[in-house]
Amino acid sequence: MKNTLPETGGFFARDRAMHPPALTPGYKTSVLRSPQRALISLEGTKSEITGPVFGHNIINEFDNDLIVNYAKPGEMAIGQRILVHGRVLDERGVGVAGALVEFWQANAGGRYRHKKETYLAPLDPNFGGFGRCVTDENGYYWFKTIKPGPYPWPNGVNDWRPAHIHFSVFGHGFAQRLITQMYFEGDPLIWICPIVKTIPDEEAIKRLVAPLDMNNTIPMDMRAYKFDIVLRGRRSTFFENRKEGN
Amino acid sequence: MVQPLNYLKESPSQTAGPYVHIGCTPNFTGIHGVYETDLGSGPLYNDKTRGERITIRGRVIDGSGTPLRDALIEIWQADSDGFYNSPSETRGTADPHFAGWGRCPADMTTGEFVFETIKPGRVPFNDGSLMAPHVTFWIVARGINIGLHTRMYFSDEEAANAQDPVLNRIEHRVRVPTLIGKREGDTVTFDIHLQGENETVFFDI
Repeated sequence: MKNTLPETGGFFARDRAMHPPALTPGYKTSVLRSPQRALISLEGTKSEITGPVFGHNIINEFDNDLIVNYAKPGEMAIGQRILVHGRVLDERGVGVAGALVEFWQANAGGRYRHKKETYLAPLDPNFGGFGRCVTDENGYYWFKTIKPGPYPWPNGVNDWRPAHIHFSVFGHGFAQRLITQMYFEGDPLIWICPIVKTIPDEEAIKRLVAPLDMNNTIPMDMRAYKFDIVLRGRRSTFFENRKEGN
Repeated sequence: MVQPLNYLKESPSQTAGPYVHIGCTPNFTGIHGVYETDLGSGPLYNDKTRGERITIRGRVIDGSGTPLRDALIEIWQADSDGFYNSPSETRGTADPHFAGWGRCPADMTTGEFVFETIKPGRVPFNDGSLMAPHVTFWIVARGINIGLHTRMYFSDEEAANAQDPVLNRIEHRVRVPTLIGKREGDTVTFDIHLQGENETVFFDI
């Protein structure tokens, strides 16, 4: 890492016209779980500008290989083998180093390994469906997995989620905390999904669709999808016009 | 045509969904053998941590009064002297025995979350005045499209709360009590109401 001072400036304001609003009746559960009053604006204080940072020491050898991290010795998960890779950037285009990225997904048949999941597609005994990694000094991350299947869910009478992988990302400040979902290029379910459609801006939706990346596809082994994640940018300390008691 | 700014746009948020536990707290949902422990679980303190031990309990409640049994709650707070354990903390060094971050899934039956932590010290606001002791909360769940930020203050800090620059920004004073955790002994109770008459104040931070 470059030997620069820690960045302590405030974060760029969130563009809430681009993010999904809280109330999106097409996604039924949001109806009773959406605040109805306006958010109170709060420019970042120390409490939001700071945030937890996780070292590489929490990461085990196979945490970013979902094909084997739950499999019995010598066995592997069933399905389309894929590499998912990309960078965690901020809005200035700067790589976010040391960012913890956690991900989870259904198996090749669209079945999640979760107590409350009741879909009739079977579990894969060798697939847990989750992993994590910490970005390198350039903000780069990668993991190996099985391409998840679509699955039906009780929203409309015939709603199906597109194939997707959930992502939870920590930046350097708690204000950057983000959970989102990655979709796969070319999936026709993307454009009819009530959860995707909570995002009002089609251009924003496209930023969650990972393209097939033949250049990083490993011949005779696994295909690759590239997925960059952008967190909020932050002002340089240089431009802060107030001393903060130090 | 002026020069382009060339900023990227933030990735849009999506709901964490009902199975957030698989990725964030796998042991909680019965998937053992991959992570030794769930990140952020257990007490936030150890034997050497400075400060007063407290337990924060509460529920996240929907617009019908039903507790969410699939929410995931994270907290972030200063140490007992008001320092954050973060590279962005510039005023001093936080207690090395206190990371300040915790994560708890709501109980699958009762919806209750529990954090065993310490009471945070006061942290300065951007103008240098002191904020009252508070814990930052971030809530995600099925049906929540973008994580909700709020703060919990303490009922035993009446004088500090009265001067707090963030609480004082809330125009509708009747809403301030929604941010005050009720302290009884070592337990602080903080229910978060997503909607309705007692809707908790949420912040755009």
